[in-house]
Amino acid sequence: MKVFNLSASKGKKVNIYLIIGAVMTSLVFLIAIIGIFWTPYSTTAMSARERFAAPSWSHLFGTDNFGRDIFSRVMKAVGTSALISVLVVAISAAVGIVLGAITGYFGGIVDSVVMRVIDAINGFPSILLALVIISIFGKGRQNVVLALGIAFTPSFVRIVRGEFIRLRDADYIVRARLMGVTKPRILFVHILPNIFSTFWVSVTIGLNNAILAESGLSYLGIGVQAPDATLGSMLSDAQGYMSSSPWYVLAPGLTIVWIVLGMAMLSEGIGKFKK
Amino acid sequence: MKKYLSIFFVTLLALTALTGCSGSTGESSGDNTSNVSNTGTTQAGTPDNVTGVTATGDSTYGGTVVVGIQQDIDSLDPHTATAAGTKEVLFNIFEGLVKNAPNGDLICAVAESYSLSEDGLVYTFNLRQGVKFHNGNLVTAEDVKYSIERCAGLLDGTPLVSTMKIITAVDIVDEKTVQVTVDSVNPELIYSFTNAIIPNGSADVEGADPIGTGPFRYVSYTPQEGIVVEKNEDYWQEGLPYLDRVEFKIITDEETATLELKAGTIQLYSYLTDAQATELSKTMQVLASPSSTVQALFLNNAVEPLNDVRVRQAILYALDKDEINVFVGGGDATVISSSMLPSLENFYVDLNDVYGTGANVDAAKQLLTEAGYPDGFDLVISVPSNYPVHMQTAEVIVEQLKAVGINAVIDAIEWNTWLSDVYSNREYAATVCALTGDSTPGYLLSRFESTSSKNFINFASEEYDEVYAKVVAATTMEERGEYYKELQKILVDEAGTGFTLCIANKVAVANNLAGYLFYPVYVQDMSTVYYVAE
Repeated sequence: MKVFNLSASKGKKVNIYLIIGAVMTSLVFLIAIIGIFWTPYSTTAMSARERFAAPSWSHLFGTDNFGRDIFSRVMKAVGTSALISVLVVAISAAVGIVLGAITGYFGGIVDSVVMRVIDAINGFPSILLALVIISIFGKGRQNVVLALGIAFTPSFVRIVRGEFIRLRDADYIVRARLMGVTKPRILFVHILPNIFSTFWVSVTIGLNNAILAESGLSYLGIGVQAPDATLGSMLSDAQGYMSSSPWYVLAPGLTIVWIVLGMAMLSEGIGKFKK
Repeated sequence: MKKYLSIFFVTLLALTALTGCSGSTGESSGDNTSNVSNTGTTQAGTPDNVTGVTATGDSTYGGTVVVGIQQDIDSLDPHTATAAGTKEVLFNIFEGLVKNAPNGDLICAVAESYSLSEDGLVYTFNLRQGVKFHNGNLVTAEDVKYSIERCAGLLDGTPLVSTMKIITAVDIVDEKTVQVTVDSVNPELIYSFTNAIIPNGSADVEGADPIGTGPFRYVSYTPQEGIVVEKNEDYWQEGLPYLDRVEFKIITDEETATLELKAGTIQLYSYLTDAQATELSKTMQVLASPSSTVQALFLNNAVEPLNDVRVRQAILYALDKDEINVFVGGGDATVISSSMLPSLENFYVDLNDVYGTGANVDAAKQLLTEAGYPDGFDLVISVPSNYPVHMQTAEVIVEQLKAVGINAVIDAIEWNTWLSDVYSNREYAATVCALTGDSTPGYLLSRFESTSSKNFINFASEEYDEVYAKVVAATTMEERGEYYKELQKILVDEAGTGFTLCIANKVAVANNLAGYLFYPVYVQDMSTVYYVAE
């Protein structure tokens, strides 16, 4: 991995991954936020006359089988997908920090028990686990968040735990302990800030995976319910029209590629930044 | 769709005279296209909204056709097979005393003619000369007696065909005449005699090849793969079938079916989705005809606020069925208003004028205001998520209801949940689904009698019950037909439920094939299909 030196004259190294990643990702989030308040067309209004309109200036991404504007629906879908994945990562990261900190710092019997449970969860592919959880709690947005939140927790627990094990015997921690600093303070004030660079990389990767996983669930028809759209459900609806109206499937598909690529570059950039 | 069909199930017939057989026995394909003419689909033309080249040319004999079917065969025994997808295949191998014709009539098959006694209790069948089973033996009165007794449960007490349990005796008058005696009058019983005639005792032989009298002879069956049949050289209908061999290949995935059709590895595939039809019509023939199902926005008449007839009428006014037809029917569906198949011309009444086929927002809003809901209300539509067509219809309906202020949301549920919560327990407000016609014209109406166990919309109309009681007592089909029309009207006036479409059955057929016939029953008749001379 080499860091491109674009502005050599000023002698500063530019983190190209970080910049491109941040631009791509912030564009997506910008569109998502706009989409919450405004879309060019209604996302649900149907028009029998404008079915399968090809992309044009009036319909940037064309229209779908109900004559709905695909660009508007993608805007809304990105917002829905992004919100779900942020919530998923928030849940799994929060649980991951607490469990990872405790197991990593203290070790012993708690560590063994918690980690075996985590191993058990990790034993299932995350989509399969999410399917099981959704089949127990039912469909709907909240349950998708819950299901993916549980499914994504193990990776965060492992990463945080690993970092805490690495740092628990560091000199400054040992000294803090000798000075009688309380345990919660050591965990969350002394150690936690020092694992953030690693942690943020896993958060961006987690967001990525969450968007993909949510798309997968919606594609299977068990995520967010119609007429609300997510990128996955749009992809699923569009596949039957793949050869007759290719823009229908390309719009959500390429949007997913864009988001995932942007976030991957962002996490790569954060990794570089750390060094 | 197939799973659904197999559960509600099957064969739906139109009717004409009760005695005798209609003259034509379907010897030439051209005679039998009358049932599809109302969509403009015949061998010579394509339906208005489906483009595609239709083969024309002289018929030739010989050749093999591979037909894609959506589900595996559940039984090779024609009397115990329950899945509609199985019966549509077995139709080519087996025949009853009478047989369904494409126009909804019954034609004589193993019987040459039949008559019914004055009191309606004794059926006399005269067997056709020289009809042979696939094993080469002539069909005898013994075989007929055995087959009917097996269906009616006279052999071991369990009727395999429930409508035939009223049969009390099957007597052989002479070697070409069989008399069937029943204990109560049922003008629709004749449709049950479409059940297969099989060789005496053959069903008791474990694992034996199925033997019938149909146009094709059973060759082999491989689970998960399909079933192969060959031409019956001794078939009693002169000149049929055209093809030497037909392979029914199981293809459960619609994408795979599309690819196989395009690649030419299968030549015929039914029940296309709208997307498939659009795609395939570019390169091959896509034929359409009304199916044997009625789709509706079913309303639970027992829950607030749908228990108010004005609210239900408002919803019916709000529905734009023409738009639903464009969005989910590809424009080829028939807009309906009541629980009867439009293809059953003798029983169907066109009631589309009552609420109109387009949306009438003003009328809907006025009725809602009268009912005390000027600002609309919340409505949950529970939809079985495995049926894209119903899901899409629900999406369109949500938008249409929004226009009159009704805030509808879709609750996508699994088929089994639908069956238990919606159908059995009736714990729902509204649902979008379709009903499949049964072997009697009145089947789709019987469920709306207030005490019927199938009355999952909780429809309660004393008037309806009174008329339905007359149906049961009626002894002729003409009389019944009038009552059926009356029932349809009551159902519409009371706004029992929001019937939408009779969705077209679309079939993709290779460009060099012709002769495919649509039936108002769930069958695929391959006997009239032929390759066009180059």
